[in-house]
Amino acid sequence: MIHSLFLINNAGDLFLEKHWKSVISRSVCDYFFEAREKAVEPDNVPPVIRTPHHYLINIYREKIFFVSVIQTEVPPLFVIEFLHRVAETFQDYFGECSESTIKDNVVIVYELLEEMLDNGFPLATESNILKELIRPPTILRSMVNTITGSSNVGETLPTGQLSTIPWRRAGVKYTNNEAYFDVVEEIDAILDKSGTTVFAEIQGVIDACVKLSGMPDLTLSFMNPRLLDDVSFHPCVRYKRWESERVISFVPPDGNFQLMSYHISAQNLVAIPVYVKQNISFFETGSSGRLDITVGPKQTMGKTVEGLVVTVHMPKVVLSANLNATQGTYNYDPVTKILVWDIGKLNPQKLPNLKGSLSLQSGAPKPEENPSLNIDLKIQQLAISGLKVNRLDMYGEKYKPFKGVKYVTKAGKFQVRT
Amino acid sequence: MRAPPALSASAPRNGSRDSVSGALRRSASSSSTAAAAAEMSASSAFIDEKGGSASEPEYGHDPASGGIFSTDYKRHDDLKEMLDSNKDSLKLEAMKRIVAMIARGKNASDLFPAVVKNVACKNIEVKKLVYVYLVRYAEEQQDLALLSISTFQRGLKDPNQLIRASALRVLSSIRVTIIVPIMMLAIKEAASDMSPYVRKTAAHAIPKLHSLDPEQKDQLIEVIEKLLADKTTLVAGSVVMAFEEVCPDRIDLIHKNYRKLCNLLIDVEEWGQVVIINMLTRYARTQFLNPNINESLLEESSEKAFYASDDEEDEDKKAEAATLAKRKPYVMDPDHRLLLRNTKPLLQSRNAAVVMAVAQLYFHLAPKAEVGIIAKALVRLMRSHSEVQYVVLQNVATMTIKRRGMFEPYLKSFYIRSTDPTQIKILKLEVLTNLANETNISTILREFQTYIKSMDKDFVAASIQAIGRCATNIGEVRDTCLNGLVQLLSNRDELVVAESVVVIKKLLQMQPEQHSDIIKHMAKLIDNIQVPMARASILWLIGEYCEHVPKIAPDVLRNMAKTFTNEEDIVKLQIINLAAKLYLTNSKQTKLLTQYVLNLAKYDQNYDIRDRARFIRQLIVPTDKSGALSKYAKKLFLALKPAPVLQSTFKDRDHFQLGSLSHLLNAKAAGYQELPDWPESVPDPSVRNVEQEEVIDTSEGRMGLLGDWREIPDWSKCTSRKDRKEKKTEKPFYSDSEGESGPTESADSESDSGSGSESASASDESGSGSESEESREETESEDEEEDEEKEKKRKKRLDKTKAKKPAEESAESEQSSGTEDRKRGRKAVKNQKSASESESESESSESEDESEEESEEESESDTDIRKKKTPISKQPPKQSKKESKKERQEMSLLDLDDFEPAPASAPVTPVNFLSSSLVSDLEGLSLTNNILAPTTIAPSGSIKMYELLHRITGEGLAVEYCFSRQPFSPDPNMVAVQIQFTNNTNSETKNLHIEEPRLQSGMRIREFTEIDVLAAGESVTVVMGIDFCDSTQAANFQLCTHTRKFFVSIQPPVGELMTPVFLTENDFKKEQGKLMGMNEISEKLMLGEKCVNEHVIVERVTATANLSRVPCGSEKECRFAGKTVSSGCLVLVTVPTKEGGAAQLTVNCEKMLIGTLLVKDIMQALSQ
Repeated sequence: MIHSLFLINNAGDLFLEKHWKSVISRSVCDYFFEAREKAVEPDNVPPVIRTPHHYLINIYREKIFFVSVIQTEVPPLFVIEFLHRVAETFQDYFGECSESTIKDNVVIVYELLEEMLDNGFPLATESNILKELIRPPTILRSMVNTITGSSNVGETLPTGQLSTIPWRRAGVKYTNNEAYFDVVEEIDAILDKSGTTVFAEIQGVIDACVKLSGMPDLTLSFMNPRLLDDVSFHPCVRYKRWESERVISFVPPDGNFQLMSYHISAQNLVAIPVYVKQNISFFETGSSGRLDITVGPKQTMGKTVEGLVVTVHMPKVVLSANLNATQGTYNYDPVTKILVWDIGKLNPQKLPNLKGSLSLQSGAPKPEENPSLNIDLKIQQLAISGLKVNRLDMYGEKYKPFKGVKYVTKAGKFQVRT
Repeated sequence: MRAPPALSASAPRNGSRDSVSGALRRSASSSSTAAAAAEMSASSAFIDEKGGSASEPEYGHDPASGGIFSTDYKRHDDLKEMLDSNKDSLKLEAMKRIVAMIARGKNASDLFPAVVKNVACKNIEVKKLVYVYLVRYAEEQQDLALLSISTFQRGLKDPNQLIRASALRVLSSIRVTIIVPIMMLAIKEAASDMSPYVRKTAAHAIPKLHSLDPEQKDQLIEVIEKLLADKTTLVAGSVVMAFEEVCPDRIDLIHKNYRKLCNLLIDVEEWGQVVIINMLTRYARTQFLNPNINESLLEESSEKAFYASDDEEDEDKKAEAATLAKRKPYVMDPDHRLLLRNTKPLLQSRNAAVVMAVAQLYFHLAPKAEVGIIAKALVRLMRSHSEVQYVVLQNVATMTIKRRGMFEPYLKSFYIRSTDPTQIKILKLEVLTNLANETNISTILREFQTYIKSMDKDFVAASIQAIGRCATNIGEVRDTCLNGLVQLLSNRDELVVAESVVVIKKLLQMQPEQHSDIIKHMAKLIDNIQVPMARASILWLIGEYCEHVPKIAPDVLRNMAKTFTNEEDIVKLQIINLAAKLYLTNSKQTKLLTQYVLNLAKYDQNYDIRDRARFIRQLIVPTDKSGALSKYAKKLFLALKPAPVLQSTFKDRDHFQLGSLSHLLNAKAAGYQELPDWPESVPDPSVRNVEQEEVIDTSEGRMGLLGDWREIPDWSKCTSRKDRKEKKTEKPFYSDSEGESGPTESADSESDSGSGSESASASDESGSGSESEESREETESEDEEEDEEKEKKRKKRLDKTKAKKPAEESAESEQSSGTEDRKRGRKAVKNQKSASESESESESSESEDESEEESEEESESDTDIRKKKTPISKQPPKQSKKESKKERQEMSLLDLDDFEPAPASAPVTPVNFLSSSLVSDLEGLSLTNNILAPTTIAPSGSIKMYELLHRITGEGLAVEYCFSRQPFSPDPNMVAVQIQFTNNTNSETKNLHIEEPRLQSGMRIREFTEIDVLAAGESVTVVMGIDFCDSTQAANFQLCTHTRKFFVSIQPPVGELMTPVFLTENDFKKEQGKLMGMNEISEKLMLGEKCVNEHVIVERVTATANLSRVPCGSEKECRFAGKTVSSGCLVLVTVPTKEGGAAQLTVNCEKMLIGTLLVKDIMQALSQ
């Protein structure tokens, strides 16, 4: 299926290649470079590029293009999803997935790619299995390795692949047995000029960090599972239990993983935690404009809004901004034309305000459209949808684990049109 | 880069020559400047990173010391020396550097001899890296590569399965044609390896060999066929992948494995799921009938109503209505239904590719009414990475053209954010446009209005086109759109104006007569608009419709004539066109102007314009020399031009399988398998029938926590297929309940009865035993429709439906009791009952776990059938069903009385097992009402046989087991398992024993004594003990004969983990008092229809769990006691009943897990 993989950085340097079948010349990437040129922005490169003999399916992630070469029909999502999985594995192994970490760990990267695909068909993609096959590098281990000449490759052959629970490695032991769950909800919303909600929904995930010995069998139940409109699960979750009882029953992988993601659709009423009063105007004459933004709390459920950031993508003609913020700091980057106003904690008594003038390129016509505002925020200890974890039960093991649940609400794609 | 073998095998090379050729090859490979530049910078980066480039060979642990990229031709000498050294660490270091070179696309082929020597290295990491190298370069150095083969051949015989697998993996990756026979042999051998992991590797090796040597295809297909029959989830995905690559057209190989694949699907790893689902989509298209065959009879409106509501139950009602409306009822093949049902949960996969695969399967295969469920999942994917969004949106765009209603509720999810990449914006716009209809157009247009102001001009242009399309498709808003677009004409941005003019032009072409004022408006605009394309469009419009604006047109021409010389070329051409058209329609006013314009054009710098002027002059101005054409000038210029069609580029893209590469590109990709059209008539469904295997009843195992992913031994429950053939009327019913007993389904059946609100999730599984009322009725209707007198039937069913509707509850239980009766009837047959007895039996009720029994009965009857059962055995169930109907509802009597043969005397079948549950028997007797025939009390079903080894897989040796509920004397902490061996071969089997138990910690097995000889055709029964440690985990072990070993597993239902204890009422109360709080689990329940008296309750509880009854003063309360076999924890069960069938179930047990599971089971048993 996947014939070859090329990694290309933002500057167009091809810095890694891997072939699973016979070698394909890297000149095939010329077609990619052509498309890259045409697209201007890196995220406008079409994910599938057709060449006379091959198809190039690529993803752009962490400033790296993962370009795979395909020769025959294959579901494009299959490849895209796999490439993302590769990127996630790198992230998991090296802390970040960047050009320099990949170059530094080129041998491990190569070993990983070798294990993840066999003849172009995915073989081992579960991080638990891979970590048994190839140990992730740590500072200590790399030092020890240099001295002793030992290796990163697991001495024992992994058993996980053979088990019926392929995502969990065997023989896990911890002295402190703990299971933490983070319920993270993001509000995706579009508000129009007047502040009315055009569209809002909640995207939630439950991230888990489970460090439990043996083969624990966990059951997570919610106070109000009916809230969840649409869910997707890690493969460890038993679909049928969810369908019939609305509980999440699973044998967890070891370590960090995303247990589930859910969606609370636009049909439900979504609480919008902040409101924005804004007035951005450009004058026909004088090459200037005015900006006035105020942010205030709306439905915060009595919690404090933190990490409030307002980002504005200004029109190209805006040269500079001379503003005054009552709270936080602002920064205008004249190259990328992005105005960032970092407010921090929202004080309901004294609403933060950003006000001042914008200077435009002289002679240029005034911009047609006012830029829309992107809001970023965070509310601790609150799941805005009202979702609550009821309890977590463990079966199959005798010890008492330490359990914890944390709730966070964030702004996702939260946009205010002006 | 594929070197022909002859060349590479030519001569021994020396190092320097080799590196020269390597360099040459390298420069050839980097033919493009860009790639070369990339390489340069990459290599320099590498040197920087490694901190220097010493060219001298040097040893050391530090990678920095090696100069890998020095220009010296002997640069690899240091590596060679390191590889030749004795130290693993040096070798490893060298290999790491070599692999780094390969990763950068550097040539390292000259090191081949030095590397290949290390293939047998003990160090695992060195070995692995050598493998990496070997796979990369073997093709170029075939002769030398052969040196390594013997190592792999040795590896193939290794006792460790992982080493065998890895040897096969590398061996098959070496692309050297000489070893094809060796590979073939290795694959064949590995395909019958004991370890599923090795078999999986074998499946992976098949396409490798096929691409190396396509001549092996026939042999490989044989291997594929063999592996397709494999029953492990590990192998399934890989072998289907091999199938798709080697022989995707051999659909016949799938028949026998179809049901198994469907059932395994949920447990296969994600990538395998995608491949299997895509393949099954194609398969289903060739084997089943189009479920929408009668769709034309349905109105579009009803379809919309479906999707508008999220409620699936609602859908089903409609679906039923739809079936009613149909003239010729379509009955979905149960296998078709099986596929739809088993893929549905995968819509919740985290893997976008799996979700997409299921979505396309539903789109291509499901009845229209059910397709709607995929919309939600697809919308969810829109939150994923932008590449995923891109692909999903492409597919959604195609779907929205065919099934607009499906995505309408999610309209807002396609709203565009200013931060979306342009390609995503344009696709979303496409979807929004496709979704637009009369009701939502105003919101969509408002949304479009904000888009038009965007800074992204490509997107604005696309938005204007989208508005144009909305205007053409929806008549009501055409004027609004036009007005909006006209306003855009004053936009400052040229692109916007040009695009608007173009779109307006297209719109006006559709109905010019109504819009002379817009044309007038545009004529006025021409003074202000500077964009040449827009000016040209306006002029064309005025020319084309000059008859509608007779006064303005000449004036425009006059103005244009003045500015002619300063205009752009395209505008000039249109001025000439305008002049010509006016000359033809209104020559009096414009004759001179036209002459003037043509004269100007005659001396234009552009030859195109000069030519045009000359041509037009000849054509329109009558002279003596003018040819015959001038007569037709008017017809030529003012012919009615067809209005351009504004339609989606995604129209008709669905002839490509959705989700495929070909669909995305809208062109056939290499290796694309066409999605076949539905067949005209039903292909023979019996091809999917498989040699029947007895089922390990997994509805028992459902409470096993691992039940869901346990490898499923019981995929083929096929007797009912046979039945179906034998007796058509029962088709849908059996097949479905059969599917239900699959292990992955089990949780479903368990709780559906528990909470009625779940009906939505189950409702599409039409005809299964545990289902919502609607679909049940449907099933029934299917039953009936099978009958010859369909018309009559339907009428009656209508009546019945009416009767049922008011009392949903009763209808439901009615139906379920019908089911039960049917089964009971069947059991009665087994118990050598006469038909009449079975009737009375069905009237009375038994305390047996209904749902459990469903599958149990299934498996039992399966057994029967396998043991030369005759088709007649199916009759009594009908009979009893009818009886029950009679007694419950007069109406239904009519429905049923004429569609079945008279109940013949029930066939005689041997009783398989006798009840050993003496306690419950006795109790049953003492409490029995007179009506109950004593035999019915015996819970003959409560001991059921499970299959351990089927005679096919066991090569003639069949093994069954049951939980005998007898104490296991050698060790009281063990559960006794009675195992029955049957030798079906012609020779004797020797040395039957158990080996290598793989048990969860704490579990123990007491093996039975070895059976020395089992003669041909003989059976023998032994008892073994297993200490399950009070868990429902399976015990796995190997069953060995003198020739073969078989992996088997035994999983106990929770009820078998306990043994009865006798307590007095006081003791019971005392013990119960100790087990309060956390140890007490209490559930309210509604007793099932059949649980009419205490006796039934006792019967059912004891059938479910090995408990004994505790005497109790009150009639309204039943108590049971037992203790777990392994640890002796007390298990106390109390069932007080209240008026109206309500009851409370309380279980007290120190082991909460046991308690929870038991509650579930008993609930299940009682509420049926």
